[in-house]
Amino acid sequence: MTLKDLKPGQQGIVEGIAATGSMKRRIMDMGITPGVEIRVIKAAPLGDPIEVNVRGYELSLRKEEAQQIEM
Amino acid sequence: MSMTIALAGNPNCGKTTLFNELTGSKQHVGNWPGVTVDKKDGVYKKNKEVMILDLPGTYSLSPYSAEELVARDAIVRDRPDAVIDIVDGTSIERNLYLSLQIMETGIPMVIALNMMDEVEARGDEIDCERLSEALGVPVIPVVARSGRGLQKLMEAAIAVAEKHQKPKPVEWFGKELKNTITEIAGLLGGKDGDESLWKAIKLVENDEVVAKSIGEIKADPVRQLIKAANEKAGGDAEAKVADDRYQYIAKMIKECVRKAQRGHVETRSDKIDKILTNRILALPVFAVVMYVMFACTFSENFLFIEGLLSPGKWLEGMVGDLWGLFAGGVAGAVEGAGASEWAVGLVASCLDGIGSVVGFLPLVLVLFLLLSFLEDSGYMARVAFVMDRIFRHFGLSGRSFIPMLMGFGCSVPALMASRTLESDKDRKITMMITPFMSCGAKLPIYAMFAATLFAESNQTMMIFSVYMLGIVVAILGALILNKFAFRSDVSNFIMELPQYRVPTAKSVMIHAWEKVKGFAVKAGTVIFASTVLIWFLSNFNFRGMCDMEESLLASIGNGIKWIFAPLGWADWRASVGVVTGWIAKENIVATFGQLFGGISDEAVEAVMAGEEALPAISEVFNRVSAYSYMAFNLLCMPCFAAVGAIKREMGSWKWTLRAVGFQMATAYVVALLIQVAGNLFI
Repeated sequence: MTLKDLKPGQQGIVEGIAATGSMKRRIMDMGITPGVEIRVIKAAPLGDPIEVNVRGYELSLRKEEAQQIEM
Repeated sequence: MSMTIALAGNPNCGKTTLFNELTGSKQHVGNWPGVTVDKKDGVYKKNKEVMILDLPGTYSLSPYSAEELVARDAIVRDRPDAVIDIVDGTSIERNLYLSLQIMETGIPMVIALNMMDEVEARGDEIDCERLSEALGVPVIPVVARSGRGLQKLMEAAIAVAEKHQKPKPVEWFGKELKNTITEIAGLLGGKDGDESLWKAIKLVENDEVVAKSIGEIKADPVRQLIKAANEKAGGDAEAKVADDRYQYIAKMIKECVRKAQRGHVETRSDKIDKILTNRILALPVFAVVMYVMFACTFSENFLFIEGLLSPGKWLEGMVGDLWGLFAGGVAGAVEGAGASEWAVGLVASCLDGIGSVVGFLPLVLVLFLLLSFLEDSGYMARVAFVMDRIFRHFGLSGRSFIPMLMGFGCSVPALMASRTLESDKDRKITMMITPFMSCGAKLPIYAMFAATLFAESNQTMMIFSVYMLGIVVAILGALILNKFAFRSDVSNFIMELPQYRVPTAKSVMIHAWEKVKGFAVKAGTVIFASTVLIWFLSNFNFRGMCDMEESLLASIGNGIKWIFAPLGWADWRASVGVVTGWIAKENIVATFGQLFGGISDEAVEAVMAGEEALPAISEVFNRVSAYSYMAFNLLCMPCFAAVGAIKREMGSWKWTLRAVGFQMATAYVVALLIQVAGNLFI
């Protein structure tokens, strides 16, 4: 299961990050590391990107990026 | 003793506000060499010996974006006397991640714990003393907006700089990593222990830039150590580094921060977001915001009231009138003093050159007051969030919408608005295609041809189709540039949605003023020099002053007209029109007026009134070649003012020339296609 599969309002714990290189670095720099809790807040009006809450702040990311985050 | 103190911190942490508070209005804005990242420095207003350097906002010191590289070079390579790391107290966990990385560099530093008023308003408490002990650096609570705590902050920063007081080493890494890091650091050796420790950490993080810098001899054993570390860490030591940092921070926060309420609390910001990024309301709200912004800057029927000028247009008119009075006075004085004809002409052309810079300032000012407001309030991040789905298909960011929309009013402020884009690639592509939007000055050209060559019932459709052509070419251009010119740049959209905040009037005004000043100084020379040059070419030949028909420009027009033969208008007057259009696009009409009908100043007014003022142009143009000519002037190099704005924002001549080259090539190809296809079908 990945972050992309969570519906707005749902939350989960990150297990790992499938991305590599600069994308992976960016995901981790923004505080998404294994063990952290993420809550999905909403999707943008056109369905993508999504908004999540992690480590007490709001972050937006595209669904293809969310798919790289294993829950 | 003079010293440099660098300000570092996450985007949206209040860094710019702090910088403005510390330096007042005396600051210098430019670009970092080679990249379009703002470089700001200023002098501390209470101690002239202290230079304050504002680093770009970053979340990390990774080497992946221009901002990150600039910030880290400024810290690691240039080694300022001290770093003030600004931490947003309302999202302290993520902010401290950067703090740990700055501490690793061993540069004397102080943490400014900002937004303390908001922290207090939530009822949360942060124990700064304990935090300071845990981190090994001074932690000073501040409110940058109101200036609270800044005196103490600067005293602490100057103190650590004078004592060269390094942060106490913090062991945030776990046992497994510790061995690897110390071993690599030992291997790197060197005089400065801090630097090798920092490099060792970066090497475990797979940092390509540092890996290249350590040299071949050490590269192999280092690789062995990292490989071993990877195996121990379950295949991913890089993730372990980030994880250990965050775990250390989480532990520290548990000890030092007391939250009033557990779990998630709906903030005011969340409530605002329920409307502004609402599934149904987001797009209409966005449309209204964009309309208001455009109307405030460019509208001549503001708020739908006939004849009421918008603030932008009103100010433009007033500045224009004042400048006209001044320029008229100067020109009159020169003439009255009995100067020769060419001297009077030269003075007039210089005044024109300066005037065309001055004329744009009101629009830049008004647009940037509005844009800074949107940016500082936090809405700009939501624009990207809402529009991303549409724009990513063209390889652009959602925020590209703003420069492109403003392009319909005037390219100059529109190009400068591209600064709000996050990535360097998006910024460059947006700047290259924004001039394709048909700006206000291009309309008289279409009106001129419409009145002369097109049946009345077709005129509106024809003009509308030119506007659409610009949009279509811009989208295709973005796709092509993205596919071929910027292939290697992968963009991501992992972006913070900051809390909504009411911007301070001071910071909005300083930002707008910086833009106005930047345009006047950096773009001004380009505009001034080219305007005077074209004036000279169109008023002189080798024997002296002359009419435009006999000028050097006419000879040049005759010399280059063959280039345009495939486009359907191999006429010297048409070529001259293209060149004078670079001063300002509506000049094409005045030039045609002079060359085809012996009228110049009246020509613009006449065609805008829908009169068939210049029947003689039908000797040179038919409908197809006229359309090709309009397309060419729509798409080719924009006016010098816009080129100056591109130069200012790109920060390099190389990229400016690339942009202009791309525009010229696009114009030629599109005009050629129109000419060929038009003659096949019509």
